[in-house]
Amino acid sequence: MSLLWCDKYRPKDFSKLDFHKEQGSGLKSLTKDGDFPHLLIYGPMGAGKKTRIMCLLKELYGTGVERLRSEVMTFTTPSNKKLEIGTVSSNHHIEVNPSDVGIYDRVVIMNIIKNVAQTQQLDLSGQKSFKVVVLTDVDALTKDAQHALRRTMEKYITNCRLILCSTTMSRVIPAIKSRCLCIRIPAPTTEQIVQVIEKTASLEDINFPRNLAEKIAVLSERNLRRALLMSEACKVEAEGKLTPNQNVAEPDWLLMIRETARIILNEQSIQQLKKVRENLYELICRGIPPEIIFKNLLDGLLKQCDLGLTAEILENAATYEHQMVQGNKEIFHLEAFVAKCMCLYQNVLEEMKSDF
Amino acid sequence: MQSFLKSGKLGSQSLDKGASSSKITKKSKTVPWVEKYRPQTVNDVVEQNEVVAVLNQCISGADLPNLLFYGPPGTGKTSTILAAAKQLFGDIYRERILELNASDERGIQVIRDKVKTFSQLTASATRPDGKACPPFKIVILDEADSMTHSAQAALRRTMEKETKTTRFCLICNYVSRIIEPLTSRCSKFRFKPLNESMIHERLKLISEKEGINCEDETLKTLVENCGGDMRRAITCLQSCSKLQGSGSPISVNTVLEVTGVIPHNWLLEFVEVCKRKSYMDAVEFVKKFGYEAYSASQFLEQFNCFLVNTGIFSDKQKAMIGEKLGTVNYFVQDGGSEYIQLCSLATSVILACDA
Repeated sequence: MSLLWCDKYRPKDFSKLDFHKEQGSGLKSLTKDGDFPHLLIYGPMGAGKKTRIMCLLKELYGTGVERLRSEVMTFTTPSNKKLEIGTVSSNHHIEVNPSDVGIYDRVVIMNIIKNVAQTQQLDLSGQKSFKVVVLTDVDALTKDAQHALRRTMEKYITNCRLILCSTTMSRVIPAIKSRCLCIRIPAPTTEQIVQVIEKTASLEDINFPRNLAEKIAVLSERNLRRALLMSEACKVEAEGKLTPNQNVAEPDWLLMIRETARIILNEQSIQQLKKVRENLYELICRGIPPEIIFKNLLDGLLKQCDLGLTAEILENAATYEHQMVQGNKEIFHLEAFVAKCMCLYQNVLEEMKSDF
Repeated sequence: MQSFLKSGKLGSQSLDKGASSSKITKKSKTVPWVEKYRPQTVNDVVEQNEVVAVLNQCISGADLPNLLFYGPPGTGKTSTILAAAKQLFGDIYRERILELNASDERGIQVIRDKVKTFSQLTASATRPDGKACPPFKIVILDEADSMTHSAQAALRRTMEKETKTTRFCLICNYVSRIIEPLTSRCSKFRFKPLNESMIHERLKLISEKEGINCEDETLKTLVENCGGDMRRAITCLQSCSKLQGSGSPISVNTVLEVTGVIPHNWLLEFVEVCKRKSYMDAVEFVKKFGYEAYSASQFLEQFNCFLVNTGIFSDKQKAMIGEKLGTVNYFVQDGGSEYIQLCSLATSVILACDA
């Protein structure tokens, strides 16, 4: 069975972690007497949150947690709407991403946690008295769902522990923060990424040039998963012969967003706006999250602006991005932002002309 | 344990007592300290003197008005009513209370069916064992501010009609989200954030009872960073002791890490970067900040404190930055991207430096 590098060489034990070792041993001592509080694990993408969760579970329950099965659960909302959600579970834990079902996430949380929590372990000898529920993408949960977690977390603590996994802390309500042990997982530094790439390459028996590894580490934006995927792509592209100056393929969507930013800066007119719209639709259809489009577009736009214009564009970006997250038709807000930028840009250009 | 909590004098006793009690904790180890040290009687509740006085009066007179508790998290709202219920009803308190919180379905339908049927049942004035007990039941609506307005409206008449058999206790963080007709039917009690010294005392008590090695200074840092939230403080203490492993004393660094406080030099660096007046530098800083996974709302909070006390900026500059800080904080908590919001804050600070 061929696996991607990032899955194949994922550390399965706290002792095998490549970075944040001190934190790893802290987590290990946390599970030492077979018990731990609710956890809220947060950190940027590709920093190893999931890896640490799996290590923790293994430390607690042994290898049993690696026997996973995926199930589709069905729920009925109070308004008789049927929901389906995929879960991954072992005998000891269950993993769900409740935000998959959008605004109905509260129903999922209520049902799953209560199901798990209300079944008690019969034989306490040799078994833990609790099961673990892993909730991913907690920052995407609605406020309602987060409130639903509050009292449940306290009430059922003897039968069920929660591990919450999120990328930012800001969107988690304080009431949940105060009930959890919050664990911050910073992104690996570029040197650490280089080390991991080299280690992986030596395990794969490949001679990986250091220059290339460094280049990849910088381009990956300190995201280890992306770095490993990129290095694997490089290997495939070079057909076994890696050179230090090899071109590292950047994702197509990133190039496309940059191109879009260039279109906006080149000419400000309705025709251009139409072109931009095509590009944006294309990106959204390909499943690129609008938040990422927005961020990269903004980066592309601000590369060559003076401070005054930058401030103005950012001010608008802040508002439009917020509206985009609140609303549910992303394209409107993206386009509105593009149009506004064109407008601001043109104003500045005209002012400059009239100064001459 | 009850008598221990009442006396609260363990601070003067020697440490070997703590060691002996840690043996007991090993048996019941799955109980988190927050639950373990929940007040058992109304008198154990710290700080909230008015509420305690009123409740004590009620308990001795064996009657209770409809109650509305409000205040920030971790001040003992739920604990108080549960303790009061235990004192009122003794062993049968589970039969006499209906606890509904945000995790339960609480639409208008549930209020109409479940709450109404529960409240219409009459309760007897004697317990099964023959002792007297108050002839009513309590409906506890926890986190009532997340109830819909229609559900709240449905409560109105039920509350009045069933006063003979049922008392209601509403618990919420923000009293403004409870509709007026309900607040006027309840006696309101505000739970104030706890005094730092009170939390400190309680933490010291717990750490001695659990046999934890913790310096007084460290505890002080912990308390300062918990902002009057007792639950948070206790959870932090337990987490720290677990993370550290038994034996070694809890260090200040662990406390800072667990409470999620951002080291002060990040704030200084932010100001430093902004003074350089280069947008690209600011972006680099924001990116670096993001990679370290610190929370932006925590940063904004700390920056606000820093801004108010600092002498780097003039009053006018402070006002400009402060205004921006408000908007940014709102956007961040409402789901905006941290990266964009922080960049936007940075440009404002850069512009303010010029003013």
